[in-house]
Parts: sequence; structure tokens; C-alpha cells
Amino acid sequence: MGHVLLAVWQPLGMTPLPWLAVSIAAYVFGQMVQRLCKGAPLANPVLIAILVVCVLLEATHTPYARYFAGAQFINFLLGPATVALAVPLALNLNHVRRSLPGVGLALLAGSLTSALSGVAVVAWLGGGRAVALSMAPKAVTTPIALSLSQEVGGLPALTAALAIAGGIIAAIVGQTMLRWLRVDDWRAHGLAAGVAGSGVAAAQVAPLSGLAAAFAALGIGLNGLLTAAVVPLVALLWPG
Amino acid sequence: MPSAFAILVGLQLVGEVLRQTLHLPLPGPLIGMVLLTVLLVARGSAGAAAQRAVPPPLLKAANALIANMGLLFVPAGVGIIAELGVLQQEWLPILAGLLVSTVLGLAVTGLVMHHVSRVAGAGRRALPEAAAE
Repeated sequence: MGHVLLAVWQPLGMTPLPWLAVSIAAYVFGQMVQRLCKGAPLANPVLIAILVVCVLLEATHTPYARYFAGAQFINFLLGPATVALAVPLALNLNHVRRSLPGVGLALLAGSLTSALSGVAVVAWLGGGRAVALSMAPKAVTTPIALSLSQEVGGLPALTAALAIAGGIIAAIVGQTMLRWLRVDDWRAHGLAAGVAGSGVAAAQVAPLSGLAAAFAALGIGLNGLLTAAVVPLVALLWPG
Repeated sequence: MPSAFAILVGLQLVGEVLRQTLHLPLPGPLIGMVLLTVLLVARGSAGAAAQRAVPPPLLKAANALIANMGLLFVPAGVGIIAELGVLQQEWLPILAGLLVSTVLGLAVTGLVMHHVSRVAGAGRRALPEAAAE
């Protein structure tokens, strides 16, 4: 049985199609698990899909580069999906305009807290400078995080992984924690998801409310601008 | 649907071109998002109400992409497998930094936004609300 599977897999494993299919199937599986868990945030479909694919890559000794050659077609859609966030933003522009002072203050406070506390905790627990600087830009959307990390001497691949892991954490704890803090406002939920968890956390709240999607889009965009200004400063103040 | 995709990919391309020619520190898709927002708002104020400023195919495509955005992060997320070395060496600072900064960032952003906009007296909405408008 194992030999037959291997004989079928080996030639196919070289082409992009199987890993494309595996990525989608793993995500569908993750969604099924979340439905079975009655929508429990801990059963996050992104987390489940990443774990399943990682196990399969290890089991088949497939290098990440070969996996990505197939999965890049999914990755490409992140671009149009980011542009598409303009739609909820435009539809809810009235709400956005009315809460601009709140957005500005919350963004400044949340963005600085997130970047500085990450660097401080890593340094305090004995992590290296490169790891700490990889942590600083992790709350912003993955492409900005990548280029910032490179610019300040972090590890770009680690930053990308941290950006997604942070997004998953924000998606898992976000709604429960904010409700516990008596924040019962979709604008605050959306903005917090966008600022602290970028696209991954936005993906969790956006389908629930158009208003949350609009503020998440706003949070992702503005946090990208602010973090792009703050992170190089942190690196300057901490000579390597 | 194809026309909507042409708009989304086209604006991403324009964003990419602007980023390179003007040396902007933002990724192309984010510039594309700003451009599309401006276009839709301009269309809205030119006559049609905000709801009608978004062409139905674009609304449909955008909703489909946003509803399934989680899937799009899977390929990049699997990249963690290439970083297992650093993770094994420094797992404690990495995990603690990740948890603390994400939870604090969420709480601070959410709380400030919630209380400032309540003080400002803007129309507050309770959580149970109809799905995407």
C-alpha cells in the first residue's frame, strides 16, 4: 500500500497541483472542525490548516520551497483581497469619519504597545536582538512586516511566521477578551483586530459585520504607516 | 465577476507601480486599497448613494475574498516550518513576546477606541448586529 502511494505521489509531488489542492483541503477540513466545535475560536481554521500542511510536508520530506511553488497561487490572492477591503471601508465611510479622533488615539496607543511590548518581552527573556527586532513589526500586514524586518536587521521569514501566528492568537482571543473588557462595539472590535492581528484577525471578524470589516481595513492600513515609522526608530535606539 | 477581478488586480498593479516610482514605504496592495476607497467614495458623492456606489459584481467579489481571507494566509503561515531552528533555540522569548504583545495590542486598541468614541458621542452600536451590510 505504502509503495503504491509513494509511486503515485513522487511524480505528482513535483508539480504545483497537489500542494495547491492540499492547502485548500486542509483549510476546508479546518472549517469543518470549527463547525463541529460549534464555532469555538480555538478551532481556528487557519491554525488547523497550517498544522496539517506542516505535518504532511514533514512526512513526505518536502522542502518548503517546493510546497510554495504550488501554494503561491493562493498566496497571490492576498493582493486582490487586500484591495477588496476598500469596499467595506467605502460603504461605512460615514461611521469612519465620525469616529476619527477615537481611531487616531486607539491606533497610536495600540500600535506602540504592540511593537514595544514585543521587543521588551523578547529582550527581557534573553532573546537575541535579531529575534526581538523580528517581533517589532509583526502586528502589521505580512508584506509590510517582511520589508520592515529586512530593513532593521530582523529575520524576515521569522517575522512573516510571527505575523501570522500573532494574527491567529488575535483571532482566537480577540472577541472573547474584548467582550470581557466590556467592549461591545463593532468599530472597536474591528480596529483592534486590524491593529493587533492584521489580515488574519480581520479575516475572523470581517464576515461577522461590515462595520467591523471597515474598521479592520482602516486599522491594517494606518498601522502599516505608523509601524513603518516606529520600527526603524526602535532599531536606531538599540544599536547592534 | 471578471470585471471585478480586473478592477482589484488592476489597482494592485497601479499600487505596485506607484510604490516603485514614488518609493513609498507601503506595499502595492495597500496603496491599491486606498485608491479603490477614494474611487468608490468619489463615485458615491458624484450622485449615487454610498450603497449604490459599489457595482454589484465588485461587491460580490470583495465579499467572497474577504469571507475566505483566512485560506489565503495558509501558504505563508506554513513558512514557519523553515524557521524551526530559531524557534527551538528561543521558543520561550518568542512565544511570550508574541502572546503579550498581541493581547496587549488588542486590549489597548479596543479599549481606547471604545471609550474615546463613547465620549465623543458618536452613534454607538451594540454587538448583536446584522451580518455584513
